[in-house]
Amino acid sequence: MAKSPEEEHPRKAFGWAARDTSGVLSPFKFSRRATGDKDVTFRVLYCGICHSDLHMLKNDWGYSTYPLVPGHEIVGVVTEVGSKVENFKIGDKVGVGCVVGACHSCNNCANNLENYCPKSIQTYGFKYHDGTITYGGYSDIMVADEHYVIRIPDNLPLDGCAPLLCAGITVYSPMKFYGLDKPGMQVGVVGLGGLGHVAVKFAKAMGVKVTVISTSPKKKKEALEKLGADSFLVSSDQDEMQAAQGKLDGIIDTVAAMHPLAPLLGLLKSNGKLVLVGAPEKPLELPVFPLIMGRKTVGGSLTGGIKETQEMIDFAAKHNITSEIEVIPMDYVNTAMERLRKADVRYRFVIDIGNTLKSN
Amino acid sequence: MAKSPEEEHPQKAFGWAARDSSGVLSPFHFSRRENGEEDVTIKILYCGVCHSDLHIVKNDWGFTRFPVVPGHEIVGVVTKTGKNVKKFKVGDRVGVGVLVGSCKKCDSCQQDLENYCPQVIFTYNSLYHDGTITYGGYSDAVVVEECYVLRFPDNLPPDAGLGGLGHVAVKFGKAFGLRVTVISTSPKKEDEAINRLGADAFLVSSDPAKMKVAMGTMDYIIDTVSAVHALAPLLGLLKLNGKLVTLGLPDKPLELPIFPLVLGRKLVGGSDVGGMKETQEMLDFCAEHGITADIELIRMENVNMAMERLAKSDVRYRFVIDVANSLSQ
Repeated sequence: MAKSPEEEHPRKAFGWAARDTSGVLSPFKFSRRATGDKDVTFRVLYCGICHSDLHMLKNDWGYSTYPLVPGHEIVGVVTEVGSKVENFKIGDKVGVGCVVGACHSCNNCANNLENYCPKSIQTYGFKYHDGTITYGGYSDIMVADEHYVIRIPDNLPLDGCAPLLCAGITVYSPMKFYGLDKPGMQVGVVGLGGLGHVAVKFAKAMGVKVTVISTSPKKKKEALEKLGADSFLVSSDQDEMQAAQGKLDGIIDTVAAMHPLAPLLGLLKSNGKLVLVGAPEKPLELPVFPLIMGRKTVGGSLTGGIKETQEMIDFAAKHNITSEIEVIPMDYVNTAMERLRKADVRYRFVIDIGNTLKSN
Repeated sequence: MAKSPEEEHPQKAFGWAARDSSGVLSPFHFSRRENGEEDVTIKILYCGVCHSDLHIVKNDWGFTRFPVVPGHEIVGVVTKTGKNVKKFKVGDRVGVGVLVGSCKKCDSCQQDLENYCPQVIFTYNSLYHDGTITYGGYSDAVVVEECYVLRFPDNLPPDAGLGGLGHVAVKFGKAFGLRVTVISTSPKKEDEAINRLGADAFLVSSDPAKMKVAMGTMDYIIDTVSAVHALAPLLGLLKLNGKLVTLGLPDKPLELPIFPLVLGRKLVGGSDVGGMKETQEMLDFCAEHGITADIELIRMENVNMAMERLAKSDVRYRFVIDVANSLSQ
């Protein structure tokens, strides 16, 4: 008979989990594995709330298993390292993102693309090498293989850099891969949320001119004045969109809801690239004429490999880039999820695990 | 009052045109401009029948101006050159493709990508610099600015170097040293694809078992199909970072599932012919590797029947009109 979450591992752990597709989170006692030779154990201080957490809680994608402890934007301080760990010591500030394991024998793993490994193990809700389910960062401690642990440079505040571990890498990776990181380029960012606002900051640090494309005119002031975007387009304003036709080298589209691609394709110059990092569940309509007449492409991207995630964090540290966050106590999490569903957050909730996650 | 097609230019010309969206072609008297200083006049020997010609004569894309003389796969002989023309002389074998004008100043033009110039002028059904409509190669002669004329290598037979997408892509692929898999709805094409065109493999897209085995095996796919069709199975065939490049122009949007793009960092792109420099490079490449299109030569008066057969994909693999020998008034 399978062991209960509390018994399956030797070390006690505590977090909040959803028990079913209502997605409502509540206190949950479980356990973590002992620190293996190559493992790093750390006390979780903060965990960002990613929109994917909400999708997984509600089983929107059909593969959630319950009980589910979400959280893949996890930061904290090392408390124990295994005997073969070389890169970390007790007291180091570290983080873990979306992936905690992979096969290490495929082409993708060999190319530092563990996130694309067909056997990649996600930080929560996936079967680990030992057959147990992974539990994420809405919890007091994490144990992860050293390979998947990111060092957080001292000058980055832990709460503000937690979201970079998913939101940050998700926009950084395609900006590099699709070549939208060159100084002087004109790049659009669709959707000013957890991903979008970080994309604006990265782009500015890369010397790229940024146009934010959004459905809400209310976000304009903040986009231009606080985030440093160069311009702002209201996507439902036909005149504005028309005037901006053919101006952008690329667009990072962070919107996961259904939305039309045609107006975005129109904004691209010849050879322009529309990169989707939000994944609507249903197919979108793709008009082919604009692709052909302008030699344009539509591509996708999924988070990033571990090496690139470290590179992204180091880049953020160098340029003092953090996420704009709203820090919340653990017991606010269900309200936060409701607000997240309505996009009512500027721009990422971060759970203050260290100070507010208490087991009774 | 606007001049009639016969009167708007000084040189008499004759061809076949469609008058309305029935797409039926019939004899048509019109005129060509005087051969200007930068121009070359070409007596047309052959003209390929492109599927775009069929789309245009039927006004499938909604922007046809009738009467329309189609034809943008033109091969002929130079009969006149303007005084500033340097690259060609009377008697040279030349070709004209899809475009005959552009702005020459924009970023695209500066990069030899005239085909992407926002003011590109197509060989037919476009407004030329002088405000008149361009007429294409289903006609006896054409006047074209020198920089849009291609040199036709001597060792390419003039009736065969003229087009055809999928089967030519196979030939190019093999010449580039690639492993080519033809993906088709018709099992009947397998023998020819492998034994005559040299493809390495053949996949029947409606066979789920075979498609499954081929998943994640391709670096890229050239999609030449212009009918509306499913992209999801094709995306599944791509490896990580794989590219699906679509060349066909369906008249409605296609369905694009986003998950495969995101999970596999794949992309869908388009491409529209090529610039003049690259088109010449392509012709020279064909001459070097002995690549020609497989054609069926037809007489001008059979063009309507050819269009009907083309609509049913009943051609191996391109009709070419023997203009010089069959276009008569």
